[in-house]
Amino acid sequence: MAKDNSKDKPGSIEIKSFGTHHVITQPNPLRKMLLRVPESDLDDPVGRAEKALAGLSGEFKEWMTIEADRLSAAHATVLREGFSDKTRDELFRAAHDIKGDAATFGYPSAAAAAESLCRIIEHAPDLSAVPPQLIAHHINAVQAIVRNRTKLDTAVVAGVLSKQLRGIADEFLTHANRDRPEHLEAILAPSIAPGE
Amino acid sequence: MYRIDFNKLRFLICDDNPHMRRILRTLLHSFGAREVYEAEDGATALEMYTHYVPDIVITDWSMPIFDGLELAQMIRQPESKGNPYAPIIMLTGHSEKRRVTVARDAGVTEFLAKPISAKGLYQRIMNVVANPRPFIKTKTYFGPDRRRNTTNTYIGPERRGSGEVEILQQPSLLEKARSAI
Repeated sequence: MAKDNSKDKPGSIEIKSFGTHHVITQPNPLRKMLLRVPESDLDDPVGRAEKALAGLSGEFKEWMTIEADRLSAAHATVLREGFSDKTRDELFRAAHDIKGDAATFGYPSAAAAAESLCRIIEHAPDLSAVPPQLIAHHINAVQAIVRNRTKLDTAVVAGVLSKQLRGIADEFLTHANRDRPEHLEAILAPSIAPGE
Repeated sequence: MYRIDFNKLRFLICDDNPHMRRILRTLLHSFGAREVYEAEDGATALEMYTHYVPDIVITDWSMPIFDGLELAQMIRQPESKGNPYAPIIMLTGHSEKRRVTVARDAGVTEFLAKPISAKGLYQRIMNVVANPRPFIKTKTYFGPDRRRNTTNTYIGPERRGSGEVEILQQPSLLEKARSAI
């Protein structure tokens, strides 16, 4: 094993060359950003950031409405022009943004419905063969969850609605991809997204 | 115990969604960061990357025209004028395991699946600041070592050959890039 002499010459990169690859080690340029603090240090950057995020929450309803309307607009374009690379991509991106953002904004069921729609767009062998109602139900579900969130009884209903949509979408996708094992594997693989 | 001196770190965030950029900016400022640059697409991000020489890049995956994966591949060009070693944190709504593999093979340092949390983001930043991995260069890959763990029990084919070790010393590309500004 070669000697690690990167500490002897600060600012230099060490390259170990092997038969098929090089291993490149450089002194950690970010090391000086690490501060050693006593265990009693009371600074809590994560807690501070969570509080700041909570401070933004007054805007989440408006942001979520904008995201849901963008999804509906993308869907309206698909209905008007049919699926093309452009209309597909915009519908996917709108759904994908909701999938990623909605739980942060306090709408986890909208995120679940959007995820289900993303899976349809990504894994359906032919989007023009997807029953239009299946896509429309996802769009309507997201809109309903966002518009009715202030009603106390809607959280449970929204959760059930999203689960049912996902069940129907998965059944469709599993059947449609029965001869496409790589898609089947992706459809059935567990999510790595952090839980709620 | 260690904590990060955020006010010395320079961040570049790239996300086409303005709400997510606002969330990220809020989190990073709350951690203590002062220098946070924002781009709404990969092409702008690459330009800003060369100009501002950020310490850490946080990028979305899905973006129009030039996505986060392509941005990572463009940054990880060993012969480029910029710094090819900067940590890249991929923050994405993609939540399938195969996506992690694709991102890793593009040279992404850390993967963070949405929904974002302050804790998850802080942990990824702590990882890249405190525990950087060596870089590996092969015919088809340039990026952080994809082997995070070493094990003596591995019994598959060995992708990396051994052979003679030749050690070369070179000046830091980061320093070169910064001095070029």
